Amino acid sequence: MPKSKSAYSAPTKQSKLETHIIVVWVDNEASVLSRVVGLFSGRGYNIESLAVAEVDQKNNLSRITIVTTGTPEVIEQIVLQLKKLVPVHKVANFKREDKNVIFKEMALLKFLGNNTKIKKVLNTCKKYNPVILDQSTKSAVIQITALRREIDNMTKKLKSLGLISVSRTGAVAMTRGAKIFN
Amino acid sequence: MPKLYTGAEIVFKCLEEEKVNHIFGYPGGAVLPIYDELKNHITIKHILVRHEQGAGHAAEGYARSSGKPGVVLVTSGPGATNVVTALTDAYMDSVPLVCISGQVPTHLIGTDAFQECDTTGITRPCTKHNWLVKDIKDLQRIMHEAFKVATTGRPGPVLVDIPKDIQFAKTKYVYLKKEKKIEIKNKNRFNQKDIDQLIELMNKASKPIFYTGGGVVNSGPKASELLRELVALTGFPITSTLQGLGSYPGNDNQFLGMLGMHGTYEANNAMHDCDLLINIGARFDDRITGKIDEFSPKSKKVHIDIDPSSINKIIKVDLAIVGDVTDVIKSTTKTLKKKNINLEKSNKQKISKWWQQIEKWRTKQSLNFINSDKIIKPQHAVQRLYELTKDQDTFITTEVGQHQMWAAQHYKFNKPNRWMTSGGLGTMGYGLPAAIGVQVANPKKLVVDVAGEASILMTMQEISTAIQYNLPIKIFILNNQYMGMVRQWQELLHEKNYSESYSEALPDFVKLAEAYGCVGIRAENPDELDEKIEEMISIDKPVIFDCHVDQAENCFPMIPSGKPHNQMLLGPKDQEENKITGKGKALV
Repeated sequence: MPKSKSAYSAPTKQSKLETHIIVVWVDNEASVLSRVVGLFSGRGYNIESLAVAEVDQKNNLSRITIVTTGTPEVIEQIVLQLKKLVPVHKVANFKREDKNVIFKEMALLKFLGNNTKIKKVLNTCKKYNPVILDQSTKSAVIQITALRREIDNMTKKLKSLGLISVSRTGAVAMTRGAKIFN
Repeated sequence: MPKLYTGAEIVFKCLEEEKVNHIFGYPGGAVLPIYDELKNHITIKHILVRHEQGAGHAAEGYARSSGKPGVVLVTSGPGATNVVTALTDAYMDSVPLVCISGQVPTHLIGTDAFQECDTTGITRPCTKHNWLVKDIKDLQRIMHEAFKVATTGRPGPVLVDIPKDIQFAKTKYVYLKKEKKIEIKNKNRFNQKDIDQLIELMNKASKPIFYTGGGVVNSGPKASELLRELVALTGFPITSTLQGLGSYPGNDNQFLGMLGMHGTYEANNAMHDCDLLINIGARFDDRITGKIDEFSPKSKKVHIDIDPSSINKIIKVDLAIVGDVTDVIKSTTKTLKKKNINLEKSNKQKISKWWQQIEKWRTKQSLNFINSDKIIKPQHAVQRLYELTKDQDTFITTEVGQHQMWAAQHYKFNKPNRWMTSGGLGTMGYGLPAAIGVQVANPKKLVVDVAGEASILMTMQEISTAIQYNLPIKIFILNNQYMGMVRQWQELLHEKNYSESYSEALPDFVKLAEAYGCVGIRAENPDELDEKIEEMISIDKPVIFDCHVDQAENCFPMIPSGKPHNQMLLGPKDQEENKITGKGKALV
């Protein structure tokens, strides 16, 4: 092995990557999103998807849902670093495999095709709660809600059925049962 | 109707309520209303610097030597961008700063106006938090919150960006209620169970070590007192990071010296071989740990820190205690005393073998160097500076490089807040402005900036500030005409290709001092060194001391890149003794 010429140590072995969903409750104020996103980019963390919207108008709170991958150590750091930000109220962290949490993404799909073709489309994605939002004689816009990978698969499958445009949200999450995260 | 105050007045009212006595700054178009208000507030003295970076570092020196937050006032655009280095420096070394910057009027924000920049955007990653004040009604709340964020938890810099129209706008001012409880993020999160666990580990350990850092200094002078008591009570050896120097007496026998890349042989070997490592207010920086995989492989690790995100960031620990160092040590000592009355004796017996091993490492005398009677060795210069200043309460700042490490190795600190150096960011040019801040906070005290000739040129202009305010700082330049640390790495890692590390056309520092209106002294051989240092100390004016030292000297001991603590590179004396006998000795 050639002698290291760096005054920094070489990277050490990494543990396995995990996918986590991190939910952050923040004050809905100017630049709060860039503080959160800047923390991720500045420290080299990864964002797979991001969903953010105000959830409490009275208390001016927004809820940010971030899907990220990293080693368990990195995930722990992400949570602790997020908690240090001044506008952050609380942070929840779930493994993607967690059975007690529901994750959903929404997609709007635009198809070109006649009525029969659209019926075929609806049939193909019937598992994912398809809703027709707009329909003309030549086209339709259909909304589905599903997991990320399911939507990935659907968009591949539906190409042959006239899919011409896809718009997707990031994942949002909610725990099952009566309990809420505090 | 209540009296209305302008934004500029509110800024000063807040500063007064926060008991600010000094601000470091530089005026400009977008802060003129605040500067206009300055004359009405006699308790607040403004120190005019020559460059905004100098204001930032001066405020850092002020904060680190006084324990109070440093306050900086700069204008928009270039004023704000010039202070970014100092903010980042303060962020890395956890120094409380409140930076107030002017901004173009709100209606011009986003139009690429004259001297406009996205100040809050630029400083977001280098501050704990920042605010753009868009409404005069928010100004008072934000100002007080800024001081709270900067000084509580793990301290750090904050920035408040105030557009010029907000400085003119008027609103009410409500005085702070005295007993108003301040909600603090990052307060103590440990309990008695954690302390009991720590004591159990301490009782079981046969090779323990304390590894302390800047967190002890940041926790206040009480923390250093408590640390001394704890170390005496346990009989454990203690080592300190660069930033922690002074929190434990540097000349005490239980102190093993600094650890890390240029730490002592005994400190690093003790870190490697220990079975219990108690980290108090340090952060396992990469200059400390060396190779992570082989860092202190046999030890149980305890980490005491106020910042939860410091824990398990780099090194996985067995016991984490999140809290203020003062409170944690207080509880620990209290519990120790309650549980084990004869601890001091029983412990010392138990760890006597450990001390024998440490004494063996100490015989290496890893800080030794081959002195000369012809040329001044830089280590010798620092040692003489120490000997001639140790009897008075001396404050030392440094720039960054070899001289910084030699100062850390050879100057022994006995009190906290006496040692100000840029550790995390490693900012060349830090020491001179920092010394100005230290002198402002500690008039009448001796303040010395141990400098290198390359670093000092980066913020040389601030000597003019020192002269304007009669701040008798001493700039002690170890002049080897090289960027010494760069040269050393090039020698060790890049086959002696000294690419661009030699400074040609250096100024005549004595003449330069005279041009600025202070005193220049030059020392060129060891015989005159003491006399000239004494002359420097006796002068009640700023002094630039140009100490010509050996150009080829390297800073040892050293942990080479990617190596663990127990594979240190020792100095030339040891290398010669190991390789060449006889002939090597002749060279000594």
